[in-house]
Amino acid sequence: MRVWKLPADVDTDQLVPGQAMKLELAGMASHCLQALRPEFARGVRAGDVIVAGPHFGIGSSREQAASVLVHLGVAAVIAPSYSGLYFRNAFNVGLLLLTCPQARLIEDGEAIAFNARAGRITRLGAGAAGGDLVCEPIPGFLLDMVEAGGLLPQLKKRLEKP
Amino acid sequence: MPQTLAQKLVAAACGRSQVRPGEIVTCRVDLAMFHDSSGPRRLKPMLDELGAKIWDRDKVVLVIDHYVPEADDDARRIVRIARDWAAEQELPHVYDSQGICHVVVPQGGHIRPGMFCVGGDSHSPTGGAFGAYMFGIGATEMLGAVITGEIWLQVPHTFFMRWSGRLMHGVSAKDMMLSMLGRFGMNGGQYQAVEYCGEAVQALSIAERMTLCNMSAELGAQVGLVAPDDITRQWLRAHGAFDVQTEPWHSDEDAPGERHEFDASTLSPQVALPHSPANVRAVDDLEPTRIDVAYIGACTGAKLDDLRAAAQVLAGRRIADGVSLLVAPASVRDAQAAEREGILHLLREAGAVMLPSACGACAGYGAAIPEGSTVISSTARNFKGRMGAATAHVYLGSPYTVAASAACGRIADAREFLP
Repeated sequence: MRVWKLPADVDTDQLVPGQAMKLELAGMASHCLQALRPEFARGVRAGDVIVAGPHFGIGSSREQAASVLVHLGVAAVIAPSYSGLYFRNAFNVGLLLLTCPQARLIEDGEAIAFNARAGRITRLGAGAAGGDLVCEPIPGFLLDMVEAGGLLPQLKKRLEKP
Repeated sequence: MPQTLAQKLVAAACGRSQVRPGEIVTCRVDLAMFHDSSGPRRLKPMLDELGAKIWDRDKVVLVIDHYVPEADDDARRIVRIARDWAAEQELPHVYDSQGICHVVVPQGGHIRPGMFCVGGDSHSPTGGAFGAYMFGIGATEMLGAVITGEIWLQVPHTFFMRWSGRLMHGVSAKDMMLSMLGRFGMNGGQYQAVEYCGEAVQALSIAERMTLCNMSAELGAQVGLVAPDDITRQWLRAHGAFDVQTEPWHSDEDAPGERHEFDASTLSPQVALPHSPANVRAVDDLEPTRIDVAYIGACTGAKLDDLRAAAQVLAGRRIADGVSLLVAPASVRDAQAAEREGILHLLREAGAVMLPSACGACAGYGAAIPEGSTVISSTARNFKGRMGAATAHVYLGSPYTVAASAACGRIADAREFLP
C-alpha cells in the first residue's frame, strides 16, 4: 500500500469541488484533490492509502467526498482527527478511516500495511524503526459496516431477511 | 443526575429518562429534511434498489434550493428528478424555489423545541436555534433514516459558550461566531454539542440565533443549541407553530460540560481571511483590503435581519465605484418582507444587484464570483475555490461589514456608518 501524504484541514470542497457536484460519481472523482495534488485522481492505484493531517474532511455533508475515494480504490484514510460528519459518511459509504495520533510520522510514497480490527499500522520501508503505530479503537458496528461495503449493502441484507 | 439540553433532547428521542455522554444510542427521528442535491437524486435510486419505502412521509421535508434556478442541463436533470420524485411519492411538504432549506423549513413551522431532526446538509445545526437537536448527515445515512425512522448517535459532551454583556450596534452574531472560530478552530467543537448562552445570546433575535447555530458546522460541532424562550415561542407562533413547549428544554444549572466565557460588549467586527473560516482577525487589525465583490447571501447571512443590517449601513449611500454588491435573500418570504419594508428598494438604490433566493454563489453553484477577484461575503465558508473561482480571495464578515465594505470599496468597520 502506497501512501499519498496530504496536509491538515483537507476540506470536502477539495475532495469534490462544488462545480463538479452536478456530475456522476466518476466525473466527480476525476476532480478529486485537483487543487492540492493535481496528479492524484489519475495516479492513485487500488489499495493506496491517504495519510493526512488533522481535521480531514471538514466542510460539507456531501458524502461523495468519501465515495470518490472508494471509487478510486483508496483502501483507507489515516489521520489524527476527522470532521465528525465526514467520519459518519465514510463508514456509511464503505471507506475505512483510521484515527492515528502519530500519522505525521508516515511519509509520502512510503509503503505501509494495517490491521483495522487490531488498530495497528506497520511501516514497511527502511527507517521505519520504532514498531507499529497505534490507532484509536473503532466501534465494532462501524467496522462491520465498512467490511460490508457500507450501509446500503447492510440495509439490503436486512430487508431481504424474511 | 443534572443533564445538559443536548442530553435531554437525545434522551427524549431514544425513550430514556437520562443518557450519559459517550454512550451510543438509537434515536427516533421527528423530522428528516433534504434538498435537491443531497436528496432525491441520491435517495430515489437507492430506495428503488432496495424496494423500500419512506417510513413516514409526513416527517419528511424536501427543499429544492441548490440547483435553482436551473443554469444548465445538469441542473435541469437534477431538479427534474426531485420534482418527479416528490410527485410520485406524494410528499406533503415540498418547498420548490422558495429559498434555502435551513431558513425555509423553520419558516414553514416544521421545527419546534424538543424535536430530534436530521438534515441532508452540513448546516443543519441551524435547527438548534429553536431548541431542537438537529444535525447534518450524508445521503446514504439519510436513506437509513427515511427507511427505518431511526439513527444512531454517540451522546455528546457539551461546550457552554457563555456571552455576557450586550453587543455594540453594528456587531452581530456572525462576529461572535467568527471570534469563537478564531479561538477554537474549525474542528474545535470535536463533533460534540455547543450551547450558546448568557445575556448576549438571550438578547439575540431568532435569525441571529440561527446564524450562531448554523456556523456550529464550521466549529465542527454536531449540534449548536440555544435554549428556547419567549422569543422562540413568539417567533414560532408567527410562523404557524402553536402549542410549543419550551420549559423542559434547558440545561440544568450544574450540568456537566466545558465552560467558556466571552464578553459581548467589547467585541469588535470580525473577519475571516482566505482560505479558512477560522483564519480570523478583528476588522481594526486588518491591512487595507480593497474588494471587487460584496456578497450578501446564504442561510448564514441573508435572512431578513441580515438584509435589515445591510440596509442600515447603506441607507442614503452608494456603493463604491468598481465594486459589485450582490444580494441573494435567504428565502422568498424574507425577500417579500424586505420588499414591504422598503429594504430591497434601498439596497437597489445603493447599487445592489438582486439574485434569486437559492444557495447560489455560496456553494459555487452560481457563476457570480469572477476569477481573481477579492470578495467580502456574509456566507459561512471561504475554502479555496468554494465560491466557484479557485483564484478568488474570499473574506467572511457580517452583513454589516459586507455592506460597509461595499460602500468603501475596502473592508470596513460598519460602526463608522451607524448612529
